[in-house]
Amino acid sequence: MLEQILIQTINGIVVGMILALVASGLTLIFGIMDVVNFAHGEFLMLGAYAGVIALAGTGSFWLALVIASLVVAALGAAIHVTTLRPLLGRDPLNTILATFGVSLVLQNYALWQFGPVPRKIEEPITGYFGLFYLEYPWYRLMIAVLSAAIIAALWLFLKYSTYGVWIRATTQDRVMAQAMGIPVPRVLTIVFAIGSGMAAASGVLFGPLVGVNHAMGLDWVLKAFIVVVVGGMGNLGGSIAAAIFISLMESYASLWVSPAQAIIVSFVVLILTLLIRPTGLFVPTPK
Amino acid sequence: MTRRPTLLFWVGFFVILALLIVAPFALPEFWRRFLTEILIWGLLAMSSDILIGYTGMVSFGHSAFFGLGMYGAAAALLTTRPPSLWVAFVYGLLAAAVVAAFVAYFSTRLRDIYFAITTLIFSQIFYVIIFTWTEVTGGENGLTFSRPALAIPGLFSLPFTTLTLYWFVLAVLTVSYLVLRRITHSPFGMVLQSIRENEARTRAIGYPVERYKIVAVMLSGLFAGLAGVLYAIQNRFAAPDFVFFLVSGETVIYNVMGGIGTLVGPIVGAAAFLLLREALSRFLTEFYLIPVGIIFIAMVIFMPQGLLGFARRWLNR
Repeated sequence: MLEQILIQTINGIVVGMILALVASGLTLIFGIMDVVNFAHGEFLMLGAYAGVIALAGTGSFWLALVIASLVVAALGAAIHVTTLRPLLGRDPLNTILATFGVSLVLQNYALWQFGPVPRKIEEPITGYFGLFYLEYPWYRLMIAVLSAAIIAALWLFLKYSTYGVWIRATTQDRVMAQAMGIPVPRVLTIVFAIGSGMAAASGVLFGPLVGVNHAMGLDWVLKAFIVVVVGGMGNLGGSIAAAIFISLMESYASLWVSPAQAIIVSFVVLILTLLIRPTGLFVPTPK
Repeated sequence: MTRRPTLLFWVGFFVILALLIVAPFALPEFWRRFLTEILIWGLLAMSSDILIGYTGMVSFGHSAFFGLGMYGAAAALLTTRPPSLWVAFVYGLLAAAVVAAFVAYFSTRLRDIYFAITTLIFSQIFYVIIFTWTEVTGGENGLTFSRPALAIPGLFSLPFTTLTLYWFVLAVLTVSYLVLRRITHSPFGMVLQSIRENEARTRAIGYPVERYKIVAVMLSGLFAGLAGVLYAIQNRFAAPDFVFFLVSGETVIYNVMGGIGTLVGPIVGAAAFLLLREALSRFLTEFYLIPVGIIFIAMVIFMPQGLLGFARRWLNR
């Protein structure tokens, strides 16, 4: 029993790190742009497909990871310029509608282009290590480390680069930032591109575990929404903590019930959060 | 609201109603069913307009209310002997009301965008429950049942034909429309609209905003459940697909296409969407959502007042 709990803990942290990668892109876009990105899961899915194609073309998983992230980031920038920039200054509810439309188009485009049969991404590392009676794949641990590295890179970027400073300034006060000469529309496009690229990276990383199909984005975006609400919207640290917390809870729950029902645990966490702390579990109490 | 437009409104109302009553005589069987379907989806869209258009809260969870209406009706038709239309209505509305109360209590704690996300997640909760609780709900296959007769005990009883079912649905929709129109014009409706315009100020004036929002969500959920019952009666099945959030998304699309905050607009939007789907899916099969999605995005950007608002502005020019 103890071994099982330990294995589930590792599983939970691995899934939690990918979820954190998805959710941090979502919360970044929300916190800075007030945009709820319904199409975020679709960027994850398209990233995974781009990874499949790039892997077939280049033969290198790492190259495929980079190419897929860049391609989807460019796509995200294009979508932001064409559909979200015209909505700047309107009620944020409009952006939900627009990104929902984007999600419909992208999902059905993927179905049309790639068909309903799931594709497979080969794992770059196939080794195992002994964990009690189980052989645990190194690749899973590597996902967790890589996700953490990407999130850390994002944090450093926000903290030290010029664009990072601009992004933070835009979050604090968009009008003032514009008055100081920061090119706000371009900053917003770049944030959207970064968020999309991060979603794509998580799609490629997670692809080997489940296979790639056109509806894979849906599960993730729902979970990411739960994470973002539980962690406190627009709060990067809170989202990461919430992602790991929820994934751990689900892993432990799947010791007793089927995985399809384990998702109910995250619903319960959400309901309790809404009851006790509607502003988010992992944020300081607002004054 | 001035006097003259009111007269104009009633003239228009009765002309359109009369046209809808006689419409099936000019239509073949397939289009009669299609028109019935438009009216049912129109009722669902109209119910969500109370939230989107009048209170300023976008609900992505209407599939839960609609679906629970369906399953409630299914429960009534499968368990009670002989199956009665009215019991189906009672069960369906009860189920939808309970779910709506539950969702309303939690989701109204959060504002605008958060509301959209929490309603979406709540509808998925019910989807997962219905999908996995196979013994009761039939799981993925759903439930099938026979259609009850249109009957008033002791008075008369006649089985539904396509034609009478159409008129029945039209009657329910008309009554719902009049009720909702009355509600949105009442002081209660005015408070909802003031919440949409400025929530902080409404609260400052002294209205218990949360309570109003909860009632609005429950009202909306009740009418969505009504649409679900009608849909169950028309199609003689209840399936988890109708609890899935895609239905909620389509409901939002109907609203935006037709024009929010008008009650009639969403019905027009539902008609436009379903006709578009019918036309496009002839040669695009299930990929019709690609062009429909692009049209939807374009409408959000360029025509936020919807078809009806656009037509109104064009007429006034």
